[in-house]
Amino acid sequence: MATSRREFIQIGGAGLGAAALGSGLTTKWWGLDPDVVHDPGTDGDQVIPTFCELCFWKCGVLAHVKDGRVTKLVGNPEHPLSRGRLCPRGTGGTGLLYDPDRLKKPLLRKSTKRGGQDFEEVSWEKALDFTAEKLLKIKKECGPDKVALFSHGFGGSFFKHLLFAYGSGNVTAPSYGQCRGPREVGFNLTYGASLGSPEVLDIAHSRCLTLIGSHLGENMHNTQVQDFAQMIAKGGELVVVDPRFSTAAGKARYWLPIRPGTDMALLLAWIHVILGEGLYDRDYVEKNAIGLEELRAHVADKTPEWAFTETTIPASTIVETARFIAGARPASLIHPGRHVTWYGDDVQRSRAIAILNALLGSWGRRGGIFVPTQLNVPKYPVPDYAEKPKTTQDAPDGVVYPFAEEVLSHGVCDATVPGRIMTKGCPVKGWIVYGSNLLQALPQRKNVEEAIQKLDLLVAIDVLPAEIVGYADVVLPEATYLERWDDVAPVPWSEPFLAIRQQVVPPMYESKPGWWIAKELANRLDLGQYFPWESGEQMVTDRLKAGGYDVEKLKAKGVVKGAPVPVRTDEGLELAFHTPSKKIELYSKQMADAGLPPLPPWTRHEQPADGQFRLLFGRTPTHTFGRTTNNRFLSEVYSENEVWLNAKAAKEQGLVHGEIVTLLNQDGVRSQPVKLKVTQRIRPDCVFVVHGYGHTNPGLKFAAGRGMDDQTLVTRIAVDPVAGTTGMSVNFVTIEKAPGTTAAAAKAEA
Amino acid sequence: MNALLEATTTRTNPGIDPSLHIWGWEIVVYLFLGGLVAGIFVLAAALELKSGEKPRGTALRLMPIVALGLISVGMGALWLDLAHRLWAWRFYLFFHATSPMSWGAWILVLIYPVGLLLGLGSMNDEQRAWLRGKTPGALRGLLTTLFGWADGRRRGILVTSVAMGVALGIYTGLLLGTMPSRILWNSAVLGPLFLASGISTGAALLLLLPLEESERKTLVRWDAVAIVAELVLIALMLLGFATSGEVGQWAASQFLGGPYTAVFFSCVVVLGLLVPLVMEAIEAKRHLPFATILPVLILTGGLALRWILLTAGQHSAFRFLP
Amino acid sequence: MSAAKTATKRYAMTVDTRQCVGCKACVLACKAENAVPDGFCRQWIVEEIRGEFPKLSAEIRSERCNHCTDAPCVKNCPTGASHVNEGGVVLVTHHKCSGCKACIAACPYDARFVHPEGYVDKCTFCLHRVQKGLQPACVGVCPTGTLTFGDASDPESAVSAQLRERSSKVNHPESGAGPNVHFLV
Repeated sequence: MATSRREFIQIGGAGLGAAALGSGLTTKWWGLDPDVVHDPGTDGDQVIPTFCELCFWKCGVLAHVKDGRVTKLVGNPEHPLSRGRLCPRGTGGTGLLYDPDRLKKPLLRKSTKRGGQDFEEVSWEKALDFTAEKLLKIKKECGPDKVALFSHGFGGSFFKHLLFAYGSGNVTAPSYGQCRGPREVGFNLTYGASLGSPEVLDIAHSRCLTLIGSHLGENMHNTQVQDFAQMIAKGGELVVVDPRFSTAAGKARYWLPIRPGTDMALLLAWIHVILGEGLYDRDYVEKNAIGLEELRAHVADKTPEWAFTETTIPASTIVETARFIAGARPASLIHPGRHVTWYGDDVQRSRAIAILNALLGSWGRRGGIFVPTQLNVPKYPVPDYAEKPKTTQDAPDGVVYPFAEEVLSHGVCDATVPGRIMTKGCPVKGWIVYGSNLLQALPQRKNVEEAIQKLDLLVAIDVLPAEIVGYADVVLPEATYLERWDDVAPVPWSEPFLAIRQQVVPPMYESKPGWWIAKELANRLDLGQYFPWESGEQMVTDRLKAGGYDVEKLKAKGVVKGAPVPVRTDEGLELAFHTPSKKIELYSKQMADAGLPPLPPWTRHEQPADGQFRLLFGRTPTHTFGRTTNNRFLSEVYSENEVWLNAKAAKEQGLVHGEIVTLLNQDGVRSQPVKLKVTQRIRPDCVFVVHGYGHTNPGLKFAAGRGMDDQTLVTRIAVDPVAGTTGMSVNFVTIEKAPGTTAAAAKAEA
Repeated sequence: MNALLEATTTRTNPGIDPSLHIWGWEIVVYLFLGGLVAGIFVLAAALELKSGEKPRGTALRLMPIVALGLISVGMGALWLDLAHRLWAWRFYLFFHATSPMSWGAWILVLIYPVGLLLGLGSMNDEQRAWLRGKTPGALRGLLTTLFGWADGRRRGILVTSVAMGVALGIYTGLLLGTMPSRILWNSAVLGPLFLASGISTGAALLLLLPLEESERKTLVRWDAVAIVAELVLIALMLLGFATSGEVGQWAASQFLGGPYTAVFFSCVVVLGLLVPLVMEAIEAKRHLPFATILPVLILTGGLALRWILLTAGQHSAFRFLP
Repeated sequence: MSAAKTATKRYAMTVDTRQCVGCKACVLACKAENAVPDGFCRQWIVEEIRGEFPKLSAEIRSERCNHCTDAPCVKNCPTGASHVNEGGVVLVTHHKCSGCKACIAACPYDARFVHPEGYVDKCTFCLHRVQKGLQPACVGVCPTGTLTFGDASDPESAVSAQLRERSSKVNHPESGAGPNVHFLV
């Protein structure tokens, strides 16, 4: 059939057209329909440096601000603690800033009893007047030392200053008596210096790091975890002593699942082996330490075989790990820990750790403990405090722990209840609580609540409605760290540096910066002369200028560094020990003189009975205990704690993974319902929970009711005779299916 | 799962964790209607190719147009399933030969002109006159052209209709079958299975219409063949799984003792396939027509097959394996 | 021995399982940088514990989209929204996506999700940052230095060095997709 030319052109044309169209379909129209690399647009128009306050490490951050909103927080590369990197909490600062449950206005208690949760919103004027009136009354009737400040957080400095000016030296934080205290005392007694925060550890250069209970990796103290990772990358090894298979244990060369309460036996046995086999740094010890022979005699009977009977760690393992740890000396560090208030002999255990470090020669050495340096900033000129601030410690019939370097929070609590520890004069009448949720931090909650009810004044200065806030007479809403200028305080570290905390965005709601609150109170207390600055910014910039610092540069970069100073012997540091003997005191004459054992004694602690489990608590990397549990952003990856129970033990108890249980302690206190995590990762004689959950303040709309509060189960404490700190890992629990669940009903029927 | 393995993940993405849930009732409806329509196209065209004559019954003549209505409902369901609906037109600015979904998008467009011509050509004079009456004057010329094409190229249209029907029926099975991340879909048999099921459900729908005896007999016979094909393909699918290592054995077990066994065997195999097959055998031998119950069972079975496979497949992520 | 640097980049990431502590800084930094909607994440932490008390071992991995060389998601996309961009990075052009979710079904790693705005979303290797010479947000934040990102076709890159010097594995290699996130063991 002949096709005409026209038809041919028609068909051909149609064909070509179709082909063109078709090829467009497959070539995305020859670039006319390009693909896009989307930019999320979170880079700020301004990038303002400051430092973080989601925990207490103070990592330098850069806050990106766009259209008046903080879009993201990233690490400040200039800052020696963050080095441009952040732990998850640092990134989560926006979750705090924009937390809808933040305290917004000053509040005055309406309910007759503290804790009734009935408040009225008032003006700042009214709230501050009320507070000042009460403080003046207490000063007049009982004396200024009857007011105590519980302060946790960098912004508390203004309130410490206020309290000293007012005439009280009772400034305390649970982070001492309930956390780091025994370690500082133990190391002070041995070396004449404490570890501080951030701990002065040269982990990055350690060849062997031994963790006694520390769970780095779940403990996300930024720099320390960075150093820990660097150590591992360079081939450093870990020895982890922990009843639980922590993240660190998962990376360890040796994991010793020690029976809780027996770490002292292990430490003494290690010292026994190291001394016995001559594996200690002879030159270092000879030159720098005293008391070696007394120590040798003291550990003569602390054999690995004996230690096995106490710790359940095989003797051969104890010997092998002793040799391994010592083999890496002097870059062999026994980590001093951080939260060490465990069993009541915590100072002695810290002493044992300090002694072991001395034998390894790690103090002042590369890969061990360094001697920090810091920049100086002149103080702002203010009048001298009228008198040396008195503390409850000075009270004649209060219990005094001479080696405790800080005021003990629970001591203040006890001093609030007439007759509990003091029988003469006024008890403590007023508490100012800055950023410290005492109800979850202090043990023996009944005692704390009793003390609270006895007060004439309870002031809570906070950002979120933590439980303590619900008990206050007056609530003063502070602005978050991103909304305020704080004082400047150089951090002792391996290099001298200074960082500032400046306002990134204006305070939201009616919250105010701490400097303003303290100044306003001072004015009403006739202490205005102690707060002569117009603003926090002015105060800090004046101090910096007086110190010769370039303020504009500091505001732009956030950090200024000084010339390097030797912090280790390999850098030229000359070792000096601020002990009475000017040497490392393996044997502590100071303690002997005070009637305390001069060498760490072994004490066998009570163990749980069959069917009971010791309650252990710790950290999770995304949170800072109760401080961040309402943070919805951080909670996206971890929102509720669980009870870890050994799989065999769970089977024996008829419990299954994921079911809801309650814990009942030896004093009959029951926990809130909590999910059970059945796991191989823990010894059968203990259970573990992440601390900081089980909130009860309904104002914490996200966190309230999630998980359990382990602190309510800490009704039994073991007071350390050396420092007066409270050991809290001495409570035993049984586990029951939560009442009201189908599992419980089934069991009841059976 | 290894008993001595504790594995946790922090990911809890909605629709993804703990297992996939991205395609729901909308897709089930589409798969069912799509298969049905594919079957109608294939059968309507094949009947005419075999007999050489246009369909006898009035209803059967209109089935291609009805099928276009059904596929439109199916496409409506597909559109509802889209998460970014207002950008649905983006399917038609692109053709991706490696994407069964792209093939499907275009097949669903091309099926309209083919179905229209098939349907127009099937109409008798009465129906054509009625349609001409309903057509606005301006389009009457176009209508005449279309009737011209429909009649003039009848054989070509019939063959194309069979091809379109096969393409429509098979591509959804290929779409699921080429997703190795979902273990239960990972079978080459899925494409032919969906086609066979489509033909069977298509036949079932046609059997609900008033039909000439010969047309009915042919459909019943062809449906029986389709059902037997389905049974064989299902058996091959399970056999294929069971003989392809640990992964496959897990997949097979889902239907052989696992959570989907009861519903699969009762709704799909027995009620949807075996019982209809027996009914058709009886009908063929004893000339006892099972007027309504037979098609209903087949249609229900077809719906159940798609619903079960879509659900089970989404719960069978490859990443669940250690 | 040393190959000439190819003109086409091949971006890849290594995740050092020895270093990773599973802190989730990467997960949250990614959410902050990319404004990932509440309830969703583009990357996640997998923790595997093997054994019986007290003989246990652990592996922790930071995971995300693997930007596969032979990505099934791209193959299956009917609109061309899922495509391969610079350096082999697999991206989704939002305004081309119809939300059909074929890519989600095709992904062996379930790395994608439906964004509340309707398009499909996932890790982008922060290409918007990489093109400006920056690191992806997760790589930049990681306190343990677990994550390394770079051009695997450049033998001088850190990523290439790691792949040479360390044993590594990929997730479910049997997917055949050719993942470009390597786990150093």
